Order: sequence, then structure tokens, then C-alpha cells
Amino acid sequence: MSSFTDYLWAFVIGGAICVIGQLLISLTNLTPSRILVLFVTSGVILTALGLYEPLVEFAGAGAKVPLTGFGYSLAKGAIKGAMEDGVLGAFTGGITATAGGVAAAILFGYLNAVIFKPKTKK
Amino acid sequence: MNRKIGKQSLIFENKPQFLSSAAIVGDVEGKGNLAEHFDLILDDDRWGEDSWEKSERKMFENAVKLAVQKAKLEISDIDCLLGGDLLNQIISANFAARSLEVPFLGLYSACSTMSESLLVGSMLIDGGYANKVACTASSHFSTAERQFRLPLEMGSQSTPTAQRTVTGTGCSILTNKDDENGMNVFITSATIGKVVDMGIADANNMGAAMAPAAMDTIVTHLDDTKTTLDDYDLVVTGDLGFHGSDLLYEICSEHGVPLSEKKHIDCGKIIFKAEQKFGCGASGCGCAATVLNSYLLKQIKAGVYRKILFMATGALLSTVSGMQGDTIPGIAHAVVIERGSRQ
Amino acid sequence: MNDLRKEEQRRYQNKVNERMPKSETALQCVKAFCVGGLICVIGQFLNDCAIVHMGLDKDMASTFTCIVLIFIAATLTGLGIYDKIGRFAGAGSVVPITGFANSIVAPAMEHRVEGYVMGIGANLFTIAGPVLVYGISASVICGLITCLIIA
Repeated sequence: MSSFTDYLWAFVIGGAICVIGQLLISLTNLTPSRILVLFVTSGVILTALGLYEPLVEFAGAGAKVPLTGFGYSLAKGAIKGAMEDGVLGAFTGGITATAGGVAAAILFGYLNAVIFKPKTKK
Repeated sequence: MNRKIGKQSLIFENKPQFLSSAAIVGDVEGKGNLAEHFDLILDDDRWGEDSWEKSERKMFENAVKLAVQKAKLEISDIDCLLGGDLLNQIISANFAARSLEVPFLGLYSACSTMSESLLVGSMLIDGGYANKVACTASSHFSTAERQFRLPLEMGSQSTPTAQRTVTGTGCSILTNKDDENGMNVFITSATIGKVVDMGIADANNMGAAMAPAAMDTIVTHLDDTKTTLDDYDLVVTGDLGFHGSDLLYEICSEHGVPLSEKKHIDCGKIIFKAEQKFGCGASGCGCAATVLNSYLLKQIKAGVYRKILFMATGALLSTVSGMQGDTIPGIAHAVVIERGSRQ
Repeated sequence: MNDLRKEEQRRYQNKVNERMPKSETALQCVKAFCVGGLICVIGQFLNDCAIVHMGLDKDMASTFTCIVLIFIAATLTGLGIYDKIGRFAGAGSVVPITGFANSIVAPAMEHRVEGYVMGIGANLFTIAGPVLVYGISASVICGLITCLIIA
């Protein structure tokens, strides 16, 4: 079980990553889709450089829940795959590691779109 | 006799006269400043249809029917329906015209469509090509949002310069000057706008993109008709919003036209209440169309304003042009609306 | 003539920037921090539950957390609540994995009237698609580089 400090760091680091996103939106007019792409790609690159792993160790969900964490899982999976199975592993590793999330997003996305009608904004 | 004056302006000899007008708006607009003036406020902007696109065309169709009914006419008395909306291939207008079964000219000049339809309608009447025309423009927040911006359920914030598209349709029926049932409110001249692009690329800042076009049309109109701002009680722009109106004042005074808040109304600034918090105000074809066909015409008919320059402003962008890095061209057409006598 | 036009455009653009209404960046950052942080705390809690109560290993616990968060965000989007959270939180609800789920459900819901295949099916990834394209491509490249290094 995590201690109180683990939760605190998850909150602080997770919040801080979101603040970076907010600054990008407010100051550069980047659209949300570009923000998402930027964060995932940065997550992959930082992980490849070995910079993201320490943050995950330190902040737990605070580093894994933001989209940079999705990039982290992709990169970590691909590196692990490459180590174990070579070139084929490099191709399968990333998607294998994140398959759960992607499959869940597709299924729940589909179901919600079938069930609910969109509402207008007031 | 030549009815074209100056570079871009027209004088109407057989002054087209307003016969009736109608405005239908959505529930959010119904909570705004002008609620008491609208003919119909929807409880729900889907209006019982299964899509917002269908609701928008229903609004279009019913606004025309309502205006015709208020003029004590039949739909078949309309010689030509003119109008457009913001959706691709102006489907709201096209599909409404399908069920109305009247001769139809579809128009597009983005949010400037209301002035374009009044301008073309006036030419038809003055030229003797029609006795009664219906001039219409329409927009719908939920259809425009998904076409031009992001899906409605996306949890994103709007930028401070963003404006909210008005859900609403406005329709004016024009007749010739001798019609005794008319409102005694006439269109006396008009200026066809030029497309002006000052290099604004931010699709969330339409006010700034359109202000130079509005300035260009005002300056050209005054020049062509040899009038000054003193000849008008009011200059009305469509949807420049707060930011765009400020810019308009500044660039107008640089060109020797001292326009200020005293003599200017922007439909986008007045339609919503400040506490509704819609950033820089309202936008969309329906913005100028509903304000003109409810509040403004009532004010002119009542004699509060004698002569106004009505100028809806449009931003001529598409989703593709924006992504290809093009800047946003603006346009503004102007018509002069005057209270007067039939002589 | 062309240069004159360009100069005029540049001057106008400066004017626009000067008069640009300011966004409340500082306040918005605080909101983004709190909501984003809170989502991560929920993630941490789910992760703990998975390890302590369900006996999952670290990797499976992460996957479990991810799936549950996506489920919650997708449902909140369907119920029309997520866009309200987003309007308050800004990046605070865009950057977490829940924002990714929201960007999948929102366009699909909007296009449901165009049918199950070309409406919902084709629009699930109109916004999130690029995320997968860039994320997965980058990860494969990263794996291939690893192969080169160890070879």
C-alpha cells in the first residue's frame, strides 16, 4: 500500500505535468489534439533517454496517468520487446504493453457513442 | 439611368420595402438581452429532430413560413427565396427550400449572408424581377461547432477571443415601395463588399479577421454615396464581438471615419448577457439575421433610428483552408435601411 | 505595392496582438494542477487496490488502472459531464489518459447519426488517431534503435 507521501507526490507531479500542458494551451494556442500528440511523443522520447523511469519510480500514478505515461508504457514495451525478441519485439512490444488501454478506449468509446446522444453546450 | 454609384455601391430607385420579418432562436439566445423581441424561442435546440442539422433546416423553413404568415401572404406569393447558412453546401437553406417549393437562390458569404440576401433581394425588386422576396440567413451553434471546431462533448476550453455561434434564423420579406401593407422601412442603397485579408490566421479570433473588411466597406460606402457618419443614426455590424469592434474603431479612425460606441452596435455584442460568459460575444449568420429581424427593425419602425447602415460581416474560411495554413479572408456587405414615406 | 500591403498587414497584426484579451493563465494553471493532480491520485488509489486487494503484479496493476480510468472518463463523456469538467480544468483533464478517452468518445457520439460504421466506427479516432500514430511509430523506432545498440 502506498504511503501518504506517495499520494502527495502523485498529486504534485501529475498536477505539474498538467500545468505544462496548460501553459502550452494558454501561451501558444496549441489545439488539444496537438497537445495529446506532443505529450505521448515526449513520453516515448524521455523514456528512451532513460529520463522518465526515475519519475515513475518517484511519483507512481503521477507520472503514469498523464499521456506522457502512455508514451512511457509504449517505449518501455518496445525496448523490452527489442531486448527479448529482437526486431520483431521492437514492433510488437509497444502495442502489447498498451493493448489493454487501447482496447478499453475503443470498446467503451464505441458503447458510449451507441448509447448516448451528444448534448449541446450552454 | 445608372443605378451604380462610385466604386461598389448601388442606389435603389424603386426602394424595396420591408413587409414583415421573423426571428427564431435557440434557448441560450432566449436567455439573452433580446429575448422579448424574438418571435419564437426553442426550448431545446434539437427541436424534436434526431440531428442538429435537421433542426437547423426546420428552423430555416419555419422562419420563412412565420415571416410569410406575418405578412398575411401564402408561400406561393414569394417570387424568390434567398438565403444561406454556414454548413457545407449550405444544406440548411437548400433542404428548407426543398420543402418550401419556391424559386430559390442559395447564397454564401459566411456570417455576412444576411446583408448579401437583402442586397440581392433588393436588386431583384428594384429591377422589377420580383414583387416579393424572402431574405434569410441561419446558423446553429451545435452544427457549426462540429463542422468548424471540436466535438461538443470534448472537454476543451474556448480561448478568450472565441465567440459563440448563434442558434437562430432570421427572415425578412421585401416588397416594392408602393405596397401599403409594408412597414414603411426601406432599403435605399447598398455597397457590395470586397474580400479583405489582413493575415489573421487564428480561427478563434474571427472578430480581428473581419474588422478590416468592415472598415473597407464603411469607408467605401461613405465615399461612394458622398455621405458622412453624421448622415446615419447607427452603424450596425454583424459579429465582430468585443475585440473586433475595438479594432474596427481604431482602424476606422485611422481612415478618417471616427466611429465609436456611440454610433455603433455590434449584434454579437448585444445578443448575450455578460453573465452568460461567452468570451468575445456571438457570431454566425444567425447573429445579424435574428437581431435585424427582431430588435432592429422594431426600433427603426418605431422611429428610434431613422437611418442605419446594416453590415453583416463574414469570415470566409473553411476547415481545409485553415489546416493548409491559409489566413482568414473577411467580407462585409452593407445595406442602408431607412424609415420613410412611400413617396 | 506588394510590400506596402505586407507592411499594412504586419501593422494590423501588431494591433490585434496588443488589444488581445488576456486569458487568466495563472488561475487556469492552478485549476489544471488541482484537477490533473486529483486524477493522478485516483489513479494511484486504483493501482493500490489492484496490487493489495486483487494481487496483481506491477504491470498488470498499471493496465488495470488505465482501463478503469478510461471506463470512467468514457462514461462521464457519454453522460455529458466530462466537457463540463474540461471547461473548468483546461489541460488538467486533457493531459491525463482520461482526456485521451474523452477525445475518442466525443467525436464518435457526435457522428452517431451518420450510422454505425461510417459515423461511429470511422470517427472514434479523428482526434485520438494522431496520438496512436505518433506514439506507436515513436515506440517502434525506439525499439529498433535498442536492437541496433544491443547488436
